[in-house]
Amino acid sequence: MPQSSAAPLIGSLIRERRLAMDLRQGDLAERVGISASYLNLIEHNRRRIGGDVLARIAQVLQVDPALLAQGAGGALVDDLRAAAATSGTAGRQAELDRIEDFVGRFPGWAAVTAATQQRVGQLERVVAALNDRLAHDPHLSASLHEVLSAVSSVRSTAGILAETEDIDPDWRLRFHRNLHQDSERLASGAEALVAYLDGTDRPGDIALAAPQEEVEAWLAERGWHLAEVEAPGGRARITAEVAALASVAARKLAQTVVDQAVQEASLLPDARLRALMDAQGDDPALVARAAGVSVISVMRRMALQPGSPFGLVICDASGTTLFRKPVEGFALPRFGAACPLWPLFTALGRPMMPVTALVETAGRAPRLFRAQAISETRLPLGFAGPELREAAMLLSALDVVPPKAAVTPVGSSCRICPRLDCPARREPSIMTDAG
Amino acid sequence: MTARVLLIEDEPNICEAIRFILSRDGCDVTTLCDGTGMAEAMRKGMPDLVILDLMLPGMSGMEILAQLRADPATHALPVMMLTAKGQGRDREAAERAGVNMFMTKPFSNDDIRAAVRHLTAR
Repeated sequence: MPQSSAAPLIGSLIRERRLAMDLRQGDLAERVGISASYLNLIEHNRRRIGGDVLARIAQVLQVDPALLAQGAGGALVDDLRAAAATSGTAGRQAELDRIEDFVGRFPGWAAVTAATQQRVGQLERVVAALNDRLAHDPHLSASLHEVLSAVSSVRSTAGILAETEDIDPDWRLRFHRNLHQDSERLASGAEALVAYLDGTDRPGDIALAAPQEEVEAWLAERGWHLAEVEAPGGRARITAEVAALASVAARKLAQTVVDQAVQEASLLPDARLRALMDAQGDDPALVARAAGVSVISVMRRMALQPGSPFGLVICDASGTTLFRKPVEGFALPRFGAACPLWPLFTALGRPMMPVTALVETAGRAPRLFRAQAISETRLPLGFAGPELREAAMLLSALDVVPPKAAVTPVGSSCRICPRLDCPARREPSIMTDAG
Repeated sequence: MTARVLLIEDEPNICEAIRFILSRDGCDVTTLCDGTGMAEAMRKGMPDLVILDLMLPGMSGMEILAQLRADPATHALPVMMLTAKGQGRDREAAERAGVNMFMTKPFSNDDIRAAVRHLTAR
């Protein structure tokens, strides 16, 4: 049975805690009122757990249920921290030290707050885009100028006609004619404005999400794979899905992802990839050598396989993320720059040098990951053009630290990172006492 | 004394209305629909006030203003600029360039009269 993706770690935490208390599985099960085999499934993360059972287990193990639930709520907690960071009003700072307590006691409210935070981010982008459009759209500013000019003329002319009792008949005639002209201009100007604001003739190019997020949401919805590209007729379905994305930019980005998937699948079909991964022990560099393709291309194939447990981050030479496939427990910042200690950035500075590291995430329930990163360069315009660099980092969760292995502490983004004394810190953390 | 006003505005109906109002108020109004005839009009007689639309075809109101301020003969000449709402950035630039007063469209006739009287100190 596959692991429940919503709560992969609760079970491990329970097992850890039980062993620490020197309790036998049967004893704990009995005191909680469940069967030992059921508890065994829970401890191996093969059963979803929550509500009553979680509360009773937590009681017996003498831990806060919210702490156990954090395995499932890590992303939620990160969103809540971001919410606290962006809306810290004077004198009313959110109780960051009690964030797990909040998530545990009010999971519904916590989810609402996190969703609101995401929504705020989306709306801020929409406002910025609309603002840009208002400020720089020549069509709109021309229409507005036309209306304002006509209104100015009407106001002044009507004022003259109303205030000047002894107006010469010729002038009066002239001003009446001007009024008539300007009212016509006003009518057509207003029509143009309404048509513009109605926007029926414009494709929806202001989507609620950033294009990259929209594409990621689409990929997440389809389980992070595009396996259909290898099946006959599969491309048509994917093409239809891409066409249904809200913004022009997202459709373009998604099409690039699809084209790349098609090309990479033709070079390294799914069956061959699986066979090579079995033979080479998941080492992307060995798979790449055997298949005769680039390492980043193999990483992408590994991460975008159906049911793949790998997370993947790809960035360009500026460090801007181009692609993010999350993996449970490793928070990828939604906005703003990532942690500079990620092996991804180490690799970015040394093209074609493999970087492999064990990294540990920050927070109360640190998670361990194996990160494999590499940077490759391209010369799309040949010797005359710029050298483009791309780095990729493949992430896989580890349960135990291999003996004698060095572990690199990393974070998500400075602002919500609890490692206050980190030498790579860019800006203060809002996590003052929630370490 | 009659104040001489040079009005540079590309909207003929606005031009006509302002000319009417100011003439009735005792001004001698010359109108131009863009900046090209300005030097010629100045040669015929130096105005006491220039009313300048910000959005003009060809040379913009800002450019004309800069030209006036750069010329020793006109660098102190009172200039009133007609602007539309929402041109905050342009207004700031015009202020820095030395405009004496702004009149926001749509203006009232009383406002125009009062502003012209103030700027020509009658």
